[in-house]
Amino acid sequence: MALKIALFGITRDIVGQPTLEMPAPAPATVGALLDHLRARYPALGQLRSCAVAVNNEYAPAGQALGPNDEIALIPPVAGG
Amino acid sequence: MIPYLSITDQPIDVAAALAAVQTDAAGAVNAFVGTVRNQSGGRAVRRLHYESYDSMALTQLGHVVAQAAAHWPMLEKVAVVHRKGTLALGDVAVVVAVATPHRAESFAACEFIIDTLKQVVTIWKREEYEDGTEWVAAHP
Repeated sequence: MALKIALFGITRDIVGQPTLEMPAPAPATVGALLDHLRARYPALGQLRSCAVAVNNEYAPAGQALGPNDEIALIPPVAGG
Repeated sequence: MIPYLSITDQPIDVAAALAAVQTDAAGAVNAFVGTVRNQSGGRAVRRLHYESYDSMALTQLGHVVAQAAAHWPMLEKVAVVHRKGTLALGDVAVVVAVATPHRAESFAACEFIIDTLKQVVTIWKREEYEDGTEWVAAHP
């Protein structure tokens, strides 16, 4: 299963592109995806926080990822 | 209550946001207007760049307003407009406007919405200084 991950703000700068396509980690969960990305891009681990959103909602680590999910990496927000 | 929520790359019309919450049922309209300041942490700011994940930002804004409406059932109307793109000093970055029957709840609900927006809404701010740029709040 392939995943497409949208990147915003500093995570886009760290990865160097606005989206990332990759095979789903095993298990295909939010937590495993974050572990995989932090290992591949160590600068992600230095952020104050880094969340994963699935279908426009903040997703807990145990949430399963599906092929049709809209997935995004969410660095610390700073609206207002 | 259906709020007026918008993320826009156009200059924000504050009067239009106030008009959006006008209702004869409300005796109080409270608005917070956030603008671009010329310094941050002692560094001179030249301009700001806001980036938004629009679909999630609007979803999360909807949740914030729903929480406010659950806490303050007398909330008659809410408008939230956030700018994205490049902003100059003094530009309006965000407007939160709420209408309630009496003023105490309008102050409280408006403060709750802007405070919670800053915590959960997927908008990012990059400050531009004389000697570079920085994503706000990215690092501890």
